[in-house]
Amino acid sequence: MYPSEAHTVTFRTPENLEFSLTLAGPAIRFVAWLIDMLAIAAASSLAAKILAGISIFSQDAAAAAVTLAYFGISVGYGMAMEWFYGGQTLGKRLMRLRVLDAQGLRLRGYQVVIRNLFRFLDMLPASYLVGGVACLFSARCQRLGDMAANTIVIRNPDPGRPDLEKVAAGKFNSFRSYRHLGARLRQQVTPAEAGLAFQALLRRDELEDSQRVDLFKRLREHFSAKAPFPPEAAEGLPDEQYVRNVVDILYR
Amino acid sequence: MIIDLDRFVNREQPRWRELEDLLARLESEPGATLDLQGALRLHHLYQKTGADLAKVKGQSAAPQLVRYLESLVSRAYAEIHENREKRLRFSPRVFFLSTFPRTFRRHIAAFWLSVLVTLAGAAAGGALVRWDPDAKSVLLPFEHLMGSPAERVAREESSGQKLANRPKTYFSSYLMTNNIRVSILTLVTGFAWGLGPLVLLFYNGVVLGAVIYDYCAAGQTRFLVGWLLPHGSFEIPAILLAGQAGFLLGVQLLRGSRHGGAGKRLRAAAPDAAVLIGGITAMLVWAGIVEAFFSQYHYPILPYWFKISFGCVELAALILYLGWAGRGGRRADQVRVAQGGNVNVSQ
Repeated sequence: MYPSEAHTVTFRTPENLEFSLTLAGPAIRFVAWLIDMLAIAAASSLAAKILAGISIFSQDAAAAAVTLAYFGISVGYGMAMEWFYGGQTLGKRLMRLRVLDAQGLRLRGYQVVIRNLFRFLDMLPASYLVGGVACLFSARCQRLGDMAANTIVIRNPDPGRPDLEKVAAGKFNSFRSYRHLGARLRQQVTPAEAGLAFQALLRRDELEDSQRVDLFKRLREHFSAKAPFPPEAAEGLPDEQYVRNVVDILYR
Repeated sequence: MIIDLDRFVNREQPRWRELEDLLARLESEPGATLDLQGALRLHHLYQKTGADLAKVKGQSAAPQLVRYLESLVSRAYAEIHENREKRLRFSPRVFFLSTFPRTFRRHIAAFWLSVLVTLAGAAAGGALVRWDPDAKSVLLPFEHLMGSPAERVAREESSGQKLANRPKTYFSSYLMTNNIRVSILTLVTGFAWGLGPLVLLFYNGVVLGAVIYDYCAAGQTRFLVGWLLPHGSFEIPAILLAGQAGFLLGVQLLRGSRHGGAGKRLRAAAPDAAVLIGGITAMLVWAGIVEAFFSQYHYPILPYWFKISFGCVELAALILYLGWAGRGGRRADQVRVAQGGNVNVSQ
């Protein structure tokens, strides 16, 4: 395992498979924590309402039950959720984050306990300042609890595939007849370049006319240099349609 | 190289979905195991998906697809290559009768260090009050300890009925949560190369020493022992154990890089620290109950000999428990292996 580029960590398995995971930064983790705070507040308030029923028998016992429930929920919430939901609390689930062993392995019980107990230290003096600063300076975005428990927090990718219908080339794509060129295009174009063309098509309406014309012209020049389609397929095609055809080839 | 990505996705997707479902099931049940057939299927799906990932990785085609497959492969890798100790369902019986006391004994040196630091603090606290009685107001954080011990004893002994009417359950819950919080803080501040527990235990010792000297010097030793021993026989050792857990972490950080990276060294100590804090929590729950419901009653409601005897029995039981429980027994995982059972995918 090694930090490959900023905010990602790459693992190589014994089978020589390599995969990268995106690390979660302090900002998104803070948002997840705020959601968890709301969940804890809601659960505590619900518990207080239910336990208030004990006051029929004893005010003292009811106050004790509420105190214990609040303490149990605030300390145990993170542990229980991360243990039973594969490293995710409610906030992490909503923000698509997941706690993972730093070696890419499954979380162990002690890791869940330790990283959550360390919240007492990480949240000092307020609003997770210690944890946030540690996270900023750590190569793997770890707060102190993560360092002690040897865990990392990753961002889960969106498993959905891109909505091609929005950018599709239409029923007829003159490039499809040239399968060898399509294959070369897929091989030559990097994921970032493909994503750029995809986004350009998705956001075409946000651009001014002159900017749009210029952008698609440059994209066409870029892609035609990578895999030059013959004139009978490309000639006469507007630049934007050319890029649509390219994206259609790349993604379908 | 993939010529037709659409066809490739359509062909492979059922396998990815199957792997996804299998992983979701395993992740939602922390103690879940697979039979041999299931484990083989998981391994097969992992290898196939890994191969698919290798196919699409070098291409520009759908970076989202690459990330999706990476996510699947990483989750499957986590399940298949987990070869540390077997995951066991938590058993309170095994934990309290074996795991906790054994863990305590395994790191007894760190416990003695806790005792030493506390004793040093107690000596300092006693000496400070001895040489400067005004230091009491600075050292003792509780109002009821500020005044003259003799006056307090007289007041407590004459307020039997008032004590009986005082709300105790809430007080007990307050004591439990407060002490557990302090213990957790003692543990986690061990991360600062052991300085946290060093300071907290020393301060705890200073307070304890100041109180002990103050009451003994005032001739109130019997009251002090009858008041402190019933709950203190669990509470004080629990704080010492929290210091032990904190020192475990601190020592690992001090050991130096020739013993591996900091992560590796912490990984060696963290499981035992987690076990200790589990046992400490149980001890402090008991101490909170005793302090609220028992320790606050004094003569003539409860005779001192009874309170002191109760405290001595507790302390002896705790020493026997921590010193001997789980000795000679097989480890829980050995028991599990001996009993046979399903193949655990985490092996």
